[in-house]
Amino acid sequence: MFELIGVPPQALFGQLLLGLINGSFYALLSLGLAVIFGLLNIINFAHGAQYMLGAFAAYLLLNNPFYSIGYWPALILAPVIVGGLGMLLERNLISQLNVRSKTRPLIFIASFVATFLALAASHLSGGAVPDLASLAGYKLDPAAAYGIAAIGALLFTSLLSATNMLKAPDADQNTDHLYGLLLTFGLAIIIQGLFVNQYGSSGLPYTIPDELKGGQNLGFMFLPIYRGWVIVASLAVCIATWLIIEKTKLGAYLRAATENPTLLSAFGVNVPRLVTFTYGFGVALAGLAGVLAAPIYSVNPNMGADLIIVVFAVVVIGGMGSILGAIVTGFMLGIVEGLTKVFYPEAASVVIFVIMAIVLLIKPAGLFGRTA
Amino acid sequence: MNIRTVFIAGAALLFAATAVHAQTPVKIGVLNDRSSLYADLGGEGSVVAAKLAVEDFKAADKGLKVDVIAADHQNKSDIAVNTAREWFDQQGVDLIVDTPNSGVALAVSEIVKEKNKVFINSGAASSDLTGAKCTPNTIHWTYDTWQLANGTGSAIVKQGGDKWFFITADYAFGHALERDTAKVVKDAGGTVLGSVKAPLNTQDFSSFLLQAQSSGAKIVGLANAGGDTINSIKQASEFGIVQGGQNLAGLLIFLTDIHSLGLKTAQGLIFTASFYWDLNDDTRAFADRFQKQTGRKPTMVQAGVYSGVLHYLKAVEALKSAKDGAAVVTQMKATPTDDPLFGKGEVRADGRKIHDSYLFEVKKPEESKGPWDYYKLLATTPKEKAFRPLSEGGCPLVASAAK
Repeated sequence: MFELIGVPPQALFGQLLLGLINGSFYALLSLGLAVIFGLLNIINFAHGAQYMLGAFAAYLLLNNPFYSIGYWPALILAPVIVGGLGMLLERNLISQLNVRSKTRPLIFIASFVATFLALAASHLSGGAVPDLASLAGYKLDPAAAYGIAAIGALLFTSLLSATNMLKAPDADQNTDHLYGLLLTFGLAIIIQGLFVNQYGSSGLPYTIPDELKGGQNLGFMFLPIYRGWVIVASLAVCIATWLIIEKTKLGAYLRAATENPTLLSAFGVNVPRLVTFTYGFGVALAGLAGVLAAPIYSVNPNMGADLIIVVFAVVVIGGMGSILGAIVTGFMLGIVEGLTKVFYPEAASVVIFVIMAIVLLIKPAGLFGRTA
Repeated sequence: MNIRTVFIAGAALLFAATAVHAQTPVKIGVLNDRSSLYADLGGEGSVVAAKLAVEDFKAADKGLKVDVIAADHQNKSDIAVNTAREWFDQQGVDLIVDTPNSGVALAVSEIVKEKNKVFINSGAASSDLTGAKCTPNTIHWTYDTWQLANGTGSAIVKQGGDKWFFITADYAFGHALERDTAKVVKDAGGTVLGSVKAPLNTQDFSSFLLQAQSSGAKIVGLANAGGDTINSIKQASEFGIVQGGQNLAGLLIFLTDIHSLGLKTAQGLIFTASFYWDLNDDTRAFADRFQKQTGRKPTMVQAGVYSGVLHYLKAVEALKSAKDGAAVVTQMKATPTDDPLFGKGEVRADGRKIHDSYLFEVKKPEESKGPWDYYKLLATTPKEKAFRPLSEGGCPLVASAAK
């Protein structure tokens, strides 16, 4: 308490506000994680990479040779793109984890490898199949060509699975979360590695949109307008998501799908599609957070990796899978962290984990978690 | 001539041929951050720089068989120390270069001494490497905290920036840089109002910037590097630090940082560096070759790797062996340095490489002619004055030499 007196109340309010701003990122990210865990039972470790992809999508929409797309359209487009990639991922890899027959993953992997090799070979041979990139007059380095080949292969295999040749099995609750965790963790590392390779580690510039430049002197602190906008936007999205899941019919289906997928499909609901959609939505939330973060941090391949562990701690403290828990603890821990930076900055990077340890000891299901 | 004589003659010829081509093996290990916040300023670019040095030295023609290998130390001392041990014990590495992150560099320096190999550090900053922690096997090549502090700190105090607040990276490097700069500021008649230690690789600097803002300081000194500097400058512009009448002093700025920030955000920053690619025809020629392989212009760290490896190879050629590290370093200290990137200089008894130091200002967007045209030269500090005087470092090697 003695140190509290040392800090003028004005500075304290300033730090509280900053905590709230950081908290809004934590809330948005942990909300996506909670939705995915609550409804799919998947610990989505790729969430940080998907947040990074959101920022990169915004950057690439703005700086591409074809048509420059600014911040506001990117705010809608980038989450859609990242969410779409997430749906492809769920359809082709994650859903394969809970398959009962052992053959389907093999078929999937075989067709993926075959398509990938075909596309890569066509690029490298530069002959048989005309290379789209070289037709357009762009020079592609091999890394980018392989990346495009991989995306092409993923698209192609998902087309196959859509036409029942590689039908995705029904989702069930038998999956051990460990497999999902390992798969998504591995993917996150691969994605980040590819981006570091392509874009370097020090990041790329993305400026604040003109409408939100400048700031407001609140008397106790200088509030950049953009940061204010981040709080408003993420609060709105958090509340909307909570309303959809708790108050709408769609939300009721989602919740039913977690309780008893077999019964729900007996009512004629397409549960696998619901699951894919939900994963895509959770990933889109990460993408949205990425676009919001792009003008504040430099667009950096490691931005998600640095954040994801903290966000996981937030989810664990709030209670795995609890939507409300994710939102409330997200904001709360942002504030706690902000205050730590004033009183004992060296501890700022560990304080959340200390809280996590304490909460787990006292209330193992988390603050808002339900014990099964 | 029977078949036996032919066989013996043939064997003798073969033996003679191998004897003529007996080559001195040299193995260079580039140990740096290849994936995280310092990967762009060193990383793969340092490997390219080392290979260019080997190429330019025409090592193969001079009887040296040089291999360059690389590893990622992930900014962790334990990983770096394990890699170094493995390199020395199993891979036969003779020289470790680059190694940014002062904490890691100080740890590696100990192993290199223990194994009697050579460590040419280009990436780390702590002036302790040639001060209290100097060894007979370590050369600190490109820059150090004393040089940065004196180059930038005194220039800013002279312009009237006499009240400072530091945002410091919370590890060996940041502490050394803050200590050295604070001394310069105080010696020049300024005051240090306070400092805050931010954990390495912090994403959000707003709390720290807010403290700097409310401190009433005229200058906010950024004693950090790479991604941390980028984020603090970017967020400082967001919080209107400069509009509010305070100025930023980037104490350690790399070319890749400016590239990442964009000139719009970075313009007007004043900082000290040992190298810029657009200094003269030689540096430009090197930068063009470097860019062809990496897509970027070289940073001062990468330039230092090139120049360090070049000088090292000269010493190995003279000694015809790379095995005794201390002997190689002694030879390097005895020979004046001269290379296209840093010009003429020397390696001092404490392991400090001496060359000119430059004060740069980041160009305004309208002054820049294109990508990588970022720096404007304000002043050159001659090599005699750019680095800490030999007598002030407290290096035990110097003390024993004086006795």
